[in-house]
Amino acid sequence: MDGRAPSMRIALTVNGRPVEAAIEPRELLLDFIRDRLGLTGAKRSCDVQVCGVCTVLLDGQAVSACCTLAYEARGREVTTIEGLAAGGHLHPLQEAFIAHAAVQCGFCTPGMILTAATLLQDVPAPTPEQVKAYLKGTLCRCTGYWKIIEAVVAAGRRTQEARE
Amino acid sequence: MSAPRLTKGAVPATRGVVGTSMRRVDAAEKVTGAARFTGDLVVPGMLHGRVLRSPHPHARIARLDIAAAERMPGVQAVLTGGDLLGATFAGTDPYYGHAIKDRPIVAIDRVRFAGEPVAAVAADDLAAADEALLAIQVDYIDLPAVTTVQAALAAGAPRLHEGPLRPGLFHGLGELRLEEGNICYHYHFARGDLNRAFAGADEVVEGEYTFPAVYQYAMEPHTVIAQWGADGLTVWACCQHPYLVRAELADVFGLPLSAVRIIVPYIGGGFGSKSYTKMEPITAALARKAGRPVRIVNRVDEAMVTTRRHNMTCTMRTGAMRDGLVVARQCRIWLDTGAYADNGPRVAATAGDAAPGPYRWQAVDVDAWAVYTNTPPAGSYRAFGAAHLSWIGESQIDALARKVALDPLEFRQRNLLRPGEEVRPGGKPLDADLIGDVTKVAAAIGWGGPKPPLVGRGVSVGLLTAGAHPVSTAAIRLQADGTAVLLVSTSELGQGARTVFTQIVAEELALPPDRIRVMGADTLFTPYDRSTGASRSTTLAGKAVQHAAVNLCEQLLEIAASAWGLPRASLAVRDGAVWHETERLSYPDLIKKHFGMVGGELIGRGEVRPQHGTGSYAEGPVFWEVCVGGAEVELDPQTGQIRVRRLASVADVGKAINPQLVEAQEEGACLQGLGNALFEEMLFEDGHLVNGSLLEYRVPTTADLPDEFRSILVENADGPGPYGAKGVGEGALAAVPAAIVNALADLGIDMRQLPLTPERVWRRARELGLAPRRDRS
Repeated sequence: MDGRAPSMRIALTVNGRPVEAAIEPRELLLDFIRDRLGLTGAKRSCDVQVCGVCTVLLDGQAVSACCTLAYEARGREVTTIEGLAAGGHLHPLQEAFIAHAAVQCGFCTPGMILTAATLLQDVPAPTPEQVKAYLKGTLCRCTGYWKIIEAVVAAGRRTQEARE
Repeated sequence: MSAPRLTKGAVPATRGVVGTSMRRVDAAEKVTGAARFTGDLVVPGMLHGRVLRSPHPHARIARLDIAAAERMPGVQAVLTGGDLLGATFAGTDPYYGHAIKDRPIVAIDRVRFAGEPVAAVAADDLAAADEALLAIQVDYIDLPAVTTVQAALAAGAPRLHEGPLRPGLFHGLGELRLEEGNICYHYHFARGDLNRAFAGADEVVEGEYTFPAVYQYAMEPHTVIAQWGADGLTVWACCQHPYLVRAELADVFGLPLSAVRIIVPYIGGGFGSKSYTKMEPITAALARKAGRPVRIVNRVDEAMVTTRRHNMTCTMRTGAMRDGLVVARQCRIWLDTGAYADNGPRVAATAGDAAPGPYRWQAVDVDAWAVYTNTPPAGSYRAFGAAHLSWIGESQIDALARKVALDPLEFRQRNLLRPGEEVRPGGKPLDADLIGDVTKVAAAIGWGGPKPPLVGRGVSVGLLTAGAHPVSTAAIRLQADGTAVLLVSTSELGQGARTVFTQIVAEELALPPDRIRVMGADTLFTPYDRSTGASRSTTLAGKAVQHAAVNLCEQLLEIAASAWGLPRASLAVRDGAVWHETERLSYPDLIKKHFGMVGGELIGRGEVRPQHGTGSYAEGPVFWEVCVGGAEVELDPQTGQIRVRRLASVADVGKAINPQLVEAQEEGACLQGLGNALFEEMLFEDGHLVNGSLLEYRVPTTADLPDEFRSILVENADGPGPYGAKGVGEGALAAVPAAIVNALADLGIDMRQLPLTPERVWRRARELGLAPRRDRS
């Protein structure tokens, strides 16, 4: 730190664990989770809420952590990619991204998976068209998206089958 | 990790891992957030760097006052051009550039583009560094700027670089000389009697074409950590070519090669934007001044002015005979390389090489110039040269086909080079079946089938000089427990190199893939690889990996032969052991026998080097990468909007070591090609980038996907890599814009400027009387 003492305290839940921390008023959620908590799965790229690589879930909703103040997360539940796999088991989306080669450089992958996870909450078994429409705000420069769409559709189908 | 299929019985030519779509070895780390990129690393004592960039395209720095910034809380060091000439940097060359050493690490007295580093601050945190930038006072005196190629080449234009020209370490272009005015590099070749060939041609088409500056947008912006210690300089960087960066840093700072260590974690996309040396020198210089490790992470707007694709103007004419044979082509290419050479000379040469296209000519004449302007430097971007030229050459092929009343596909089938034919004198003969490739791609988009109104189809064929320089080495350490560690310096930037190499080692060593570990480059430990670019890694580094594995197998066979007292020819490697009939000695047993006790390891080594000549890719290329695509588009004549209904490309890979990864490369290249064709364009006004963020610079999203996409895998085992493989991943980026341009020309709209924005298409359609007029009187 540069001598300016962090001036606010917040309490929140991160990946199911309670966290209390002193933060600066201007501190971004992305810097908070990456620099203070060491959770570096969320990445920084565009800084203007276009690319989606910084996506985390705030009370289950996908937000761009690069444009969200850490203070806004007080009293709320943050889920990062590190918290998606429950009890040592990969989330169906994580498994599907591996199986369908929906991962290339991996820089967009955490944000893409978390965004897709919010789609599956609302639409458990989406069609390719629904996935396409939902993911249009999350960029990937490597894959051409086809394999990502396949992976999300497959994960949805699998989750639905498991429920039936 | 999928279980490999290990063949029983006699050892076959392949053991079954190569040729399967094995899961990526890095996928699990990447889906859980565990994969570490350079920006995720923290070095103890690390400071955060920020760069002050010039707001002027061309100016003299009259005064640069850093005193106030240096006094600010949290600020540890401020670097300026003056430092590079002072005692702290004695022995340092303030200029770098792998092609031409024309670029100061940080501006010295003068800035040549808006965005050029003028100073850099290292502070305890980024906020302090950002605030310090505001406290640096700079007085600029504007100089006349040349912000277009036309202005730069005008008589009396101010000269950006007065010389003397200092060649860089890695231009690979023979002897460089200082050119006239603002010409950075001139590439020329000619064959045959051009005037005679054109005089005899029945039909000639010609035109002037323009291609935009494009941003590669690797999602991870350039990121570097530099640390100085008693042993020298250590750099963590998202660089594609660690060994070239090492050599350049050693050269700049006057160090032996072994005193510079480059470590490359996972890279968040490259596409050429992280080739050669980018932010490493300024980060290293700032760390040296601060006496502490420093990390610099470019923002996107900074990445955009660090490197970009060359914008270009081109004139071309092509002649053909009435019987449908092409005879001659002349092409002049002006590439805007920006304020510093970066990879401009190579881009010019590759663009020149791509200009003739893969046809049988009586005469060709090509000039390509890289020209300095007061704009951000341009360098490599996936399929450079071919992406610039394919759509132009191929649109003239289509125009000639129409003039001689031949189907464009048939016209190509008559004129395309065949395997084994000379592409250029003294170079590698054609190693691909282009007629087969284009016929397949045409079928994939329904060529010859009925077309609804306002639907057009186009195909394209091109070649890209690929492979770059054929020098790679690799080593495999076989551990006492029979697991293997592969040491190779290829950068993993998403293409799947680590997975493909794992498959090659698994195949040759008869080991399950999960007993093989491969890490990224660390130049202190992993052996030399020339670069990760030009689609070379599977072909060349993969070949070195294969040689290393074969070398290790030979050692294992030798040990077993000696242990059993049997001839080597009677032994075989299978399932992690050496076998003689039904007897086996496992790798751990063999290592134990070799060393006479528990422990030790065997090291296999492999290398690839040019068989002849210097290995310059002027003599090659290592292989010809094909650029073959097809597109079916639908035009909305009211708006000029193009919808891509069908898109297809050919991955002519020789052998697909991992078909799913090949397909993934094709899909990504095609979508970048679609962006380059339809809307991607960096916009400059008087040298200032005016769309310097992802809000204004649009890249393809899921909303831009074509309705249907097919990548066609062609495996003719005609490549120089392992199992007949050759590289892939770039050609489609050149093929797609060409196919889309031709599909639009199929509707009568011949476009001469990319990208094909709705406005441009609509205007051209109106000029041609093809768009309905909407009168609102």
